[in-house]
Parts: sequence; structure tokens; C-alpha cells
Amino acid sequence: MSALTVHDVYKRFGPTEVLKGINLEMGSGEFTVLVGPSGCGKSTLLNIIAGLEHQSAGSIQIGGRIVDDVPPKDRDIAMVFQSYALYPSMTVRQNITFGMECRNVPRAKRDAAVVSVAKLLQIDALLDRKPSQLSGGQRQRVAMGRALVRDPLLFLFDEPLSNLDAQLRVEMRMEIKQLHQRLGSTIVYVTHDQIEAMTLATRIAVMRQGVVQQFADPETVYNRPANLFVARFMGAPPMNTLSARLEVTSSGTAAVLGRGEAAIRFPAPSGAEGWIGREVVLGIRPECIAEPTRTFSDAPDPVLAIAARVEMIEPTGAETIVVLRLGDERALGRVSPDVRYRLGENARFAVDTRKINLFDPATGDRIA
Amino acid sequence: MRDTTFTPSRILIYLAVSLIAAAYLVPLIVVVLNSLRTAEEIAQTSMIGWPKQWAWNNYVVAWGDFCIAQTCAGIRPYMLNSALVTVPATIVSTLLGSIAGYAVSLWRFRGDRWIYGVVALGIFLPQQMRLLPWTIVLRDLGLTNTLTGLVMIHTIQGLSFTALFCRNYYIAIPPELIRAARIDGAGFYRIFWRIVLPLSPPILIVTVIWQFTHIWNEFLYGVTFTTGQQQPVTAALIALSASVADIPQHGVQSAAVMIAALPTLLVYLFGGRYFVRGLTAGAVK
Repeated sequence: MSALTVHDVYKRFGPTEVLKGINLEMGSGEFTVLVGPSGCGKSTLLNIIAGLEHQSAGSIQIGGRIVDDVPPKDRDIAMVFQSYALYPSMTVRQNITFGMECRNVPRAKRDAAVVSVAKLLQIDALLDRKPSQLSGGQRQRVAMGRALVRDPLLFLFDEPLSNLDAQLRVEMRMEIKQLHQRLGSTIVYVTHDQIEAMTLATRIAVMRQGVVQQFADPETVYNRPANLFVARFMGAPPMNTLSARLEVTSSGTAAVLGRGEAAIRFPAPSGAEGWIGREVVLGIRPECIAEPTRTFSDAPDPVLAIAARVEMIEPTGAETIVVLRLGDERALGRVSPDVRYRLGENARFAVDTRKINLFDPATGDRIA
Repeated sequence: MRDTTFTPSRILIYLAVSLIAAAYLVPLIVVVLNSLRTAEEIAQTSMIGWPKQWAWNNYVVAWGDFCIAQTCAGIRPYMLNSALVTVPATIVSTLLGSIAGYAVSLWRFRGDRWIYGVVALGIFLPQQMRLLPWTIVLRDLGLTNTLTGLVMIHTIQGLSFTALFCRNYYIAIPPELIRAARIDGAGFYRIFWRIVLPLSPPILIVTVIWQFTHIWNEFLYGVTFTTGQQQPVTAALIALSASVADIPQHGVQSAAVMIAALPTLLVYLFGGRYFVRGLTAGAVK
């Protein structure tokens, strides 16, 4: 049984179409992240799943039940908001039990539930405080406690970490992941942060302008992006996308960058044979371009040795980002911090050719 | 940093401000002084003067003995009338206005803006324009010349103000709070009582002060829709000043004016700073 089915959902605000036919299906226990730039419709979709807004067309099923005419409180969901939305005049305890109070859960049962959730989230000591007396991270925990205590079929998270500072965000991200692994709950999580999407999700739906660009597990989204938008949106720094020509060489099909002497030939992934002789966009992740001594896997020879001019060097500590010239364009490589490149030198790099993607330059869709 | 040096321009400013303040205070001073002078003294000298002997008795007479329209009970019964009109009308209009403001600011429903527009329009309708319609309504309801009728009028008309005040305050409440409560299973009124109302004291103080002062000081409806024993104190003061005596009872009349003005004066003195604060604050943290 699928925990959530979004079937052909449209949303219009007057003449503007915010969602254009969304179809998603997620199983029980999945952690689905809706990710995309602001204005892509991800929060609207979450609100429609919650029942806080109504779709213009299409249907939502939660736990196999069509909920289009079911009010939010009867959808068996719990939601964590970006601003936490804690009730300012209530204590933490009252915040957590408010939902049960509305449902006339007996007092003893409420108290027991608070205790167990407070223990789980380590907020036992805060139960009698008001939200205004809590730090950002504590508020975040209480907001999660309020959702967890309900034990719903579906958890909805609306950018829950974006109000936290960078360090706390990483901490809470790990905690959310641990909670999911421990409780096995079904979660739909909205964020604009692709790193959150990658780290948390069992499946990612990348959205843009009201359309799902790709709905797949993180590895597929990262390594086999459905189109150029996904390729450039996921990953930091983003995937290099370079103009190339597909040609037949002695060693098979190759995507060729640049011309004549300086041309670099990347072995093309299979499935692109129909594009021989045409222009394509070559996509390659920065981490697939590294110092020449790097081996990317135990498998024999996925490595292509190339030479390219170093145009800029950005050490980050853990690694060094190198801007290099490939053909007529610039590309990023990620090299070991121990390797010293000189600005302007024509240096050697190793390229992991297994993860090369080819895209249609006109539509942006992935070819192979 | 506070500048304490008295430059010529600063002295000029203080002078101008003091003059304006004095001009504002003159009527009050005249009334206060006259309320402590005997009728004879005022008649022999002038309306403006320092009391030769303190006539505290004016207040006793004004409160309980003075004859207004053939009844000699002072302004006490009319003060009671005013209280019986002002207190319920203030409470009910504040409560209803707060619910209305909550509905139009935090809930979306078909025609919400239109309804709010019509409610707010009530602020801009001149009082005189509403006299005739109210006359008909009071007659048809059988509430002519009753305090209940006045309570009803002030409640309904006050709603425009209280709804506007509350709406502008509640608009600052994050909508996510309402969404969270809806998912938690709370309905319209539970969200109001448990979440919105506890955030409301600053604006409720403002509306209560506003409503109390306006209803207490209201004159036109009081004098139009009630007569005799049913009049609020503002209307009774006119009847009092029209009462014929050997010499004009300016002392007692002034004392009556002071008594009548006391409740709003007290409300202003004790609540004034909340009033200013509430009007300018607005934000909910």
C-alpha cells in the first residue's frame, strides 16, 4: 500500500499555474524530499497534501484513502513548519498536547505521550517553559515533538531547518535522519537546500516551475540527472556542462571538446549512438576531475588522462577546487589539497569517465 | 544623549508649546475653579475667578440633590444610566469586534475582503445619517427610550472600530500558527480562545479604552433616543443647565460636568499609556 499518492495535481492562482500536473507515489517508511528553487511550487504542494490549500484539479490519497474533501485534522498527518509555529501563549507541554486536547484524549494518556516524546527529543527539562524562552534549536525540537506525539501516517516538513544557523542545521539534519531510521516513519520534506535533499532522502523529487523534473533515489538524481536543470541544481559545486560533438573514434563513440590538436575526447556512455555527428552537452561532476594519481575505483581503467590549463585555484581545506580550461569553456575539478597546481600551468588531470552524462542541447533532456 | 543646554531657539520652542498647552487647559481650569465657587460668588463677580471660599458642597448637590427635569436626585441616576449603557456595549462590541477581526485577518473565505470593507465603511458614515434608520429600528423592536436600545446601537456601531483595530493587529500573527492549529484539530473558536485571544491584551486594552470613552461621551443618540429618567449623563447635563433657578447654578453645573467627565478621565489616566503603546506596537512575537 502506498502511503501517499499525488495524482495529476494542478494548482492555479488566477491566471498563474503554480502546479502543472504533479504525479508522485511514495511507499510507507520512505523519506521523500521535494527540492527546488523558490517559487517552484514545492510548498504549495505540501500545503495541498496537508489540506491547508485545495488543488484546482487532481487527487491526493493518504494511506490508500482519497482525502480531497477531508479537512487537515482528519488526514492523519502532522506538520513541522519553517517558523516552528509554536503557540506563544502555551508552555512546551501544552504545545505538544494541544492536538490531543483537541481530540479529547484523556489526560493520563496525554501526559504519558509527552513524557516519551520529551525523552526521545531530550526536551524533558523544557516542558514548562514558554516558546519565547527557548533557543532556535530548542524550538525546532518542540515543533518536532508536537508532530511526533501524534504518531500520524504521514509527516510533513516545510523547510524546518532554514531558520537555524549553519552548525545547528547540520546537527538537526542528522537528528532528523536518525529519527526516521529509528521510527520508520513516512516523511515528505520540503527544502530548497540540495544538500539536505541528498543527505536525508530515500527519494528526491526535483521540482521546477510547477513540474517534477525527476523523482528518483538520491544516487540516480545525482549521477543520472534527468535533465540539465537537475544536473546543475543538485551538487555543490554543480555539474560541469560543456558543449561537445559526438564522434566515432578508433576506441568507440566519444564526446569531443575543442578542435584540432587541443581536442579532448571523452568516451561516451552507451545509448548515445543516435547522436553521432551532432552537438551534445557533456555533463561531468567536478569530483570526476582530479589529480593524475587518483584512482576512482578498483575496476580497470575508467580513468582518462587529460591536460588542461589551470585558471583559478580555490583551496577549501578538505579539498581544492580548480578552475580549468576544457576546450573553449571553463570547468571545475576537485583535487586533493596536497597537490599543488600553479596558476596558468598546463597541468594533468585524471577523469572518471564512468559518470559522464550527455544531454540534448535543445531540450536539456538526458540522452545517455 | 540628552541635550540639556537652553539655547534661545529651545526656549522659544518651550514657550510656544507651553502657550498651546495652556490654551488647551483653560476650559478645564475654568470648570474646575467654578465647580468650587458658590453660585452667588460667580453671579457677583465673573465666570473666571479664584474661589473665595471652597464650595465643596457643589459636588454633593450635583451628585445627589440637584433638580433635573422635575426630579431632584442629582446626576447620580444618569451616571448609572451611562454606566449601564457603556459597560455592556464596550464589552460586547470589543468581543464581537475581536472575533470579526480574527475572522477577516486569519481566515480566507469567499467574500472576506468585501465583508471587511462593508464593516469598515461604518467608520466613515456620519452619525446624523444614521439617526433616522436607528429611529425606525428602535421603534420596530420596541426599544425606543430604553437603555437596551442604546446598548444595541453602540455595540453595533462600535463594531466597525473594534473590528478594524483587531484586524490590523491580528494581521501580524503568522498564518502558520493557524495552520498548525488546524492540523492539530482545532476549529475556528478553539483557535480564537486558545491561541489568538491570549495574544490580544494589548489591542483589547486599546479597543476598551476607545469604546468606553466614545460611548460614555456620546451625546447625539442619548439625547435623541431617550428622554427623562432614561437619559445618559451627557444628555442629562443639558437638561441640568436648562433648569431654571433664581440665579444660574454655574457652580453646581460645573461640579456635575466634572463628575460626568471623571470616568473617562480615569480611564485615560490609568490606561492612556497602554493605549498609545497598543496603537503603535501591533506586532506579535
